[in-house]
Amino acid sequence: MLLTWRSQLRRRELQKKNAYYGYTQKLYGADIAAAYYILSLKGRFRFVGQLAWFYTDQKGKFSWDFLNHKNTLLEEIDMSYTDINYAGLGNLEEQRSLRTLSFRGCTEVDDWFLARLHMFQDSLEELDISHCPCITTGGLVALRNLKGLRRLDVSSLPGISSPGLVIILLEEMLPQCQIIATGYDHSLKQEEQ
Amino acid sequence: MRQKAADALPGSSWSPLEVNPNLPPERADIVIVGGGVVGWSIAYWLKQKERAQEAVKVIVVEKDPTYSQASTVLSAGGIRQQFSLPENIHLSLASADFMRNINHHLGVVNEDPVDLQFNQSGYLFLANEEVAHIMEENYSTQRGAGAKVSLLSSTQLKEKFPWINTDGVALASYGLENEGWFDPWILLNAFRRKAISMGVIQCCGEVTGFKHTLNMMTNADGEQVHFQRIKSVKVQMPNSLEYQPVECAIVVNAAGAFSGKLIDMLGIGSGPKDTFAGIPLPVEPRKRYVYVVHCPDGPGLDTPFLIDYSGVYFRREGLGGNYIAGASPEELEEPDTSNLEVDHQFFEDKVWPNLARRVPAFEKLKVTSAWAGFYDYNTFDQNGIIGIHPLINNMYFATGFSGHGLQHSPAVGRAVAELIVDGNFKTLDLSGLGFKRILDQEPILERNIV
Repeated sequence: MLLTWRSQLRRRELQKKNAYYGYTQKLYGADIAAAYYILSLKGRFRFVGQLAWFYTDQKGKFSWDFLNHKNTLLEEIDMSYTDINYAGLGNLEEQRSLRTLSFRGCTEVDDWFLARLHMFQDSLEELDISHCPCITTGGLVALRNLKGLRRLDVSSLPGISSPGLVIILLEEMLPQCQIIATGYDHSLKQEEQ
Repeated sequence: MRQKAADALPGSSWSPLEVNPNLPPERADIVIVGGGVVGWSIAYWLKQKERAQEAVKVIVVEKDPTYSQASTVLSAGGIRQQFSLPENIHLSLASADFMRNINHHLGVVNEDPVDLQFNQSGYLFLANEEVAHIMEENYSTQRGAGAKVSLLSSTQLKEKFPWINTDGVALASYGLENEGWFDPWILLNAFRRKAISMGVIQCCGEVTGFKHTLNMMTNADGEQVHFQRIKSVKVQMPNSLEYQPVECAIVVNAAGAFSGKLIDMLGIGSGPKDTFAGIPLPVEPRKRYVYVVHCPDGPGLDTPFLIDYSGVYFRREGLGGNYIAGASPEELEEPDTSNLEVDHQFFEDKVWPNLARRVPAFEKLKVTSAWAGFYDYNTFDQNGIIGIHPLINNMYFATGFSGHGLQHSPAVGRAVAELIVDGNFKTLDLSGLGFKRILDQEPILERNIV
């Protein structure tokens, strides 16, 4: 019973964090809503044409300067080690000039999440999904739509069964993309005596 | 002696009359005939929606626990939203939603999480000049219903998939999200495990008869109409003459390809020709072959589930250059359904030429294995039948899906559970898939049947 309570509490927490920021969108527009969402999940981002990154510190505080840049699209988003999930991607739906996306170490990123990334297929150039425990081979297939991808990081994914083969197939699938895949043990397994 | 004394004490389970422990209970609230993915999905949703704990006693009767002839486990396991009927699109979308959150729905405490091995590869439909306009209409319906599909022209297709030979292809429809294939056995077992953990009783046996009461009424034309109400279901044990009549309130027919046989036991379809009783359930088994082929130079990881306009389809299986291919035979050349033997000549004549024409790399391939399975083919309009039968007051149907039962099973289970528990459809309005269209003889055709 305690286990179900704990999983239900966690689920409710994730739902609240990744809810659709409809009110913010109505008041400030989609870009500010996306920025606010990223900051509340403790991610970082950078606007198009700017050099400064907006981020949240350990205590959850962030500067409200991003409100000065209304109607500016986001160019790079770093959501490493956050709780973003499939529903949360709905908040980033409108970002059509997104070039870099990082989901390193996100525990809620799974195959269906990767499938929804097709909305960035025209602009996305760099993607980092290393250290995500829920991604399997079936999800890596979902990256087939991201034809503009130039740099993909799939290091240390515990969910894929034969990493060497999968990486070769990925390289065939995305010929213009540089695939970084460290953290795998490619040595032959010793036969049990 | 000591053992006999221990058995005689009240705490032991010994009884002088030998009772077969595999018999179903004598009474149940709902009997689901058919233990495939649709049957177990309905059982799960009934338990999920019951108003109080243990309010509904559900039994699932399956005649073959090895599932050797069941359509569920013999299917290619794909799910797509590219249909022409909005109800089908919504069913697929709801089922994909379910599968995305499958561990929330079907996770059991202290057991392993469910891993469907879902390949997010998408479906690719090819159309020639004649049917391109149908594909465009379907595309707007699909987009309107919320499916994420994109249309590709011949040149875009060649760019995206250089291994396709685009001769004769005018338009292609490609699924971007929520489409792909998975392992049907894992889904079936997930439903079964969760339903049993919620208290559904599994019974291995065959339904060989019904006891019903008749009510006779006269309709406006002065004809006599017989309404039946099922009182009990006769469940016969496998390989034995032993049977148990299970008194029940509601019977759900989820028997798939064998639904027609079940209904014949109630005498539906044998009445006078121009009355309701004369219209049989238009579901019959149709045999379809699936061939596993190996081609080392075939298309790579991004191979979608490709369906050509000639009816041939194939998809990737695993990472080792294996593919699963098949084709739908013509209406007049339907194979014999008395067994599940595979006709390899069909591959040589009908499947391979079209496959090699579409994908030149497939000219050099080797058939490693093959199997055959039944479609629960709806001869009337190839769409599922969901609802209560007009002449049998307590029998619900969830059958006739003609090849889409697996991909619609979570949503169909929820719909039937809503009909039984809430009385009406609550989340998806599937009244268009009810019996009314069969009685009025107005088919709603699905134009994208594979």
